[in-house]
Amino acid sequence: MPLIKTKDGPLWKRRTLKQSLTRLFWWMVGLAVAAFAWKLISDKTNWFFVQSAPKEAADIGSRMMPPDWSYMDVLWIPVWETINIATLGTLIAMVISIPVAFMAARNTTPHPLVRAFALFITVTSRSVNSLIWALILVFILGPGVLAGTIAIGLRSIGGFSKLLYEAIEEINPVQVEAIEATGASRIQQIIYAIVPQVLPTFVGVGVFRWDINVRGSTILGLVGAGGIGLQLSGSINTLAWTQVSMILLVILLTVIISEWVSAKVRGAII
Amino acid sequence: MSDTNSPTSSYSDNWKRPPFIKRAWLRWLLMVGFAVYLAVALGTMDIDWQRAWEGLPRGQRFIEAFFPPNFADNRGVVWDGIMESIWMAISATIFGIILSIPIGLGAARNIAPSWVYFLCRGIIASSRSFPEIIMAIFAVKLFGFGPFAGFVALSIGTIGFFAKLLAEDIEVMNASQAEAVKVTGSSWFQWINYAIQPQVMPRMIGLSMYRLDINFRESAVIGIVGGGGIGATLNTSFSRYEFDTTAAILIIIIAIVMVLEYTSGYLRKWVQ
Repeated sequence: MPLIKTKDGPLWKRRTLKQSLTRLFWWMVGLAVAAFAWKLISDKTNWFFVQSAPKEAADIGSRMMPPDWSYMDVLWIPVWETINIATLGTLIAMVISIPVAFMAARNTTPHPLVRAFALFITVTSRSVNSLIWALILVFILGPGVLAGTIAIGLRSIGGFSKLLYEAIEEINPVQVEAIEATGASRIQQIIYAIVPQVLPTFVGVGVFRWDINVRGSTILGLVGAGGIGLQLSGSINTLAWTQVSMILLVILLTVIISEWVSAKVRGAII
Repeated sequence: MSDTNSPTSSYSDNWKRPPFIKRAWLRWLLMVGFAVYLAVALGTMDIDWQRAWEGLPRGQRFIEAFFPPNFADNRGVVWDGIMESIWMAISATIFGIILSIPIGLGAARNIAPSWVYFLCRGIIASSRSFPEIIMAIFAVKLFGFGPFAGFVALSIGTIGFFAKLLAEDIEVMNASQAEAVKVTGSSWFQWINYAIQPQVMPRMIGLSMYRLDINFRESAVIGIVGGGGIGATLNTSFSRYEFDTTAAILIIIIAIVMVLEYTSGYLRKWVQ
């Protein structure tokens, strides 16, 4: 923070001239990028359709009212499926992430090459959206909840093992040393010194991930992988708007309840 | 464990690890409840194992397509789609963050009056209510096919994410710095700019990179419902069984996400 000497005494400024200019430069770069991105999108947009959007929104909105309450009878099973996809998918991911996380953590990895491989699994799993995983698995395993469950599982491995291996790297090494001093083997050290330290994180992340997965599994049906998304895309395609609003209401409730449950359980653990 | 406290007794050698959940009835209730749930869930799952088994050769074909992936064929289409995804993600991130700043300020309990607080929290809650892809379905209905619909959906998603985290960060900031600036007689904007902005900025830069990363990954699927980006190309290549093209697209997506993640890690170290 420079003081600039003037006739009337020192003047306090937040940044030097050079700092200000550098910042101005980066702001300009950012502005140029934003303008360019906007131009590309605007070129590919049919503004005529955009202008009619408010009218369209009012039209769809009026068609959605009131929600078709009787359709709920059909929706119980898809909701149950959606929750099962999320829960079983999370369980699959939890089981697979344990070895991956121990291979990826710097202090427990058997070899740097193994670590690189584990990190590669982590990144691949996270980069590919669960909907793309579902698309692939529906093709391989056929449409249905199995494809959805495995898609959720594959997508969750990355996020799961990332948080878990970070927790393993941050453990208190003194406890590991203490166990090692008793003559414990490497496996025993992991079980008695590392696992108790990361178990709360493991369960906490599991519940957190479950909440995300409930959100994720509501849309898997769009590509045929089971759950309530199947009804959603069906109703949208047949323009049954009162059913659509009912489904959206159910999705909203499911998401809110799962968020509440997840927050409560995490609150109890931490 | 109790007899180890009395000096006369010998050291207990039947120590057991304490269980994770200390209350025994709760532990058993959770275990039994979970087992029952698992049995019911697996029992009611409608799985066609026959079909899954027959699909395995298809899986093999899909994996074979990665060796080598086909970057050359349809290059124009793949390249266009990727570029559209990137620009869609960038502009949605920028626009979403610009909108998030006033909303995030308004949603911070410690600096906003209560009616603004509830209004902004309401905006955040409603923009977080549905997954981006459902937003995108409706954006496509309203604005027509193309990247504008995806842009709108991703911007809304960005508001729900960014404004919420900004508000939470402001709520836990150091209040004495804000007071110190306030007693100098600063205006409201000076107060925000000199007392609050420097405290939350480093974390926000990291988060904006993270959100760009999320938006890019999300933009890869928004095309499936017609919202522009690489998703449409991906979906088409899939339904036309051009798996080598699919493989190429997946590899490009993974590579870009890796670059983004590396950059954001580097940027965060540099800012903090």
